Amino acid sequence: MDPFASFGRIALFLLPAVPETIKITLVSFALALLLGFGVGVLRIARTSPWTWIGRAYVDAIRGVPLLVWIFFIYFGLGRVLHLPQFLAGVLAIAICYSAYVGETIRAGIQAIPKGQWEAAASLGLSRRHAMQRIILPQAVRIVVPPVMNDFIACLKDSSLVSIIGLRELTRAGREYSSGTFVDFETWLVVGILYLVMTIALTRCASLFEARLHRPEVSA
Amino acid sequence: MIRVEQASKRFGAQVAVDGVSFHVPSSTVTVLIGPSGSGKSTVLRLINGLERLDAGRIVLDGLPLDPAGRNLERVRAETGMVFQQFNLFPHLRVLENLTLAPRLVRRRAAGVVEEEARALLQKVGLADMADRFPAQLSGGEQQRVAIARALCMKPKVMLFDEPTSSLDPEMIQEVLEVMKALAREGMTMVVASHEMGFAREVAHEVIFLDHGRRIEAGPAEQIFTQPREDRTRAFLAKVL
Repeated sequence: MDPFASFGRIALFLLPAVPETIKITLVSFALALLLGFGVGVLRIARTSPWTWIGRAYVDAIRGVPLLVWIFFIYFGLGRVLHLPQFLAGVLAIAICYSAYVGETIRAGIQAIPKGQWEAAASLGLSRRHAMQRIILPQAVRIVVPPVMNDFIACLKDSSLVSIIGLRELTRAGREYSSGTFVDFETWLVVGILYLVMTIALTRCASLFEARLHRPEVSA
Repeated sequence: MIRVEQASKRFGAQVAVDGVSFHVPSSTVTVLIGPSGSGKSTVLRLINGLERLDAGRIVLDGLPLDPAGRNLERVRAETGMVFQQFNLFPHLRVLENLTLAPRLVRRRAAGVVEEEARALLQKVGLADMADRFPAQLSGGEQQRVAIARALCMKPKVMLFDEPTSSLDPEMIQEVLEVMKALAREGMTMVVASHEMGFAREVAHEVIFLDHGRRIEAGPAEQIFTQPREDRTRAFLAKVL
């Protein structure tokens, strides 16, 4: 058998599943960013019940494997809620990643020197205005590189939802290999496809970082 | 304009300010002197509520500081503060550093504020720096921007927390000149400083603090030439 023809067939079979992987990643990471922002802000709240809730959320979520979250939400909660596969998978990833993103955002906010808060306060800015206009714009620059890392990890972890039957790239790979027994070539192609996506993302990330990093701003 | 009555502040077991009282009349300059850790900075930070009073009372232009901090934003809008570390906003251009608070807090029109901001930059000798970022300026220039930024809120009082202590010697004068000009215009000022020459030249009253207590206060000339207290004398002997 011509090996190149075989690779071609595999690629043709797998490629249609790539958009699903991208879709799962984008939707769940967008949700993770939203949730994570909330978690980050909770964690730096001045009143203790909120910080406590934020901390408990982060600890509970980071301490449980993503795969267990997927099973719990799809099979466990699914008993009562009957969540569709896509929603369950995306929710599990989003919740899991919101804890990581939340911690990154918290660290970014806390990395801004106290003097910035004080200068804002001394000019009469409310805490909210100080956060929006002074702290967050500076924190974004700090937070973007680690959040991009989380994003890339999220793309790779999206393969886990293949286990509940979402037909993304990894699932498609399993289907092809179990139908044809050409395991080596199939998983090689799956790996290369992930690699292409992550390298593309990394490139985008560094371009984005370069745009954020204006030399005159950071002394 | 500012009345500080029996102000006290402790940080844990450390007493930072211990029953300090003084009065700053309108259009006068009060300079707080004393060794580091004497409570000068804390007194200033109490006046604009960056630290909360443990005991005592501070009244600013007839408005008492709420101990729970409920009227802080109003108080702070009336008091400009200049920090030792400048604390300019690094992500904003010089002009935006000046105009942000007047627009957000005072809700004033951008055009008018910008015109005033440019006039202030002119006054501190930095008219052509409006579009720079803080990191592109020298320390002395940054501190002058910080002064202009505080003035842009049209405060009734200006507080200076060791404004020249982190500057290279050759930049100290340019900042002091701006402060002297401000004093001449009749701005009410409270300055924590190690610049004895400045104190001697512009202070209406000099207050010597040590270990959070007010040891001695009086006109600059008297404090520097005939201090009544031994501790004041000992301190001045070291710094003059």
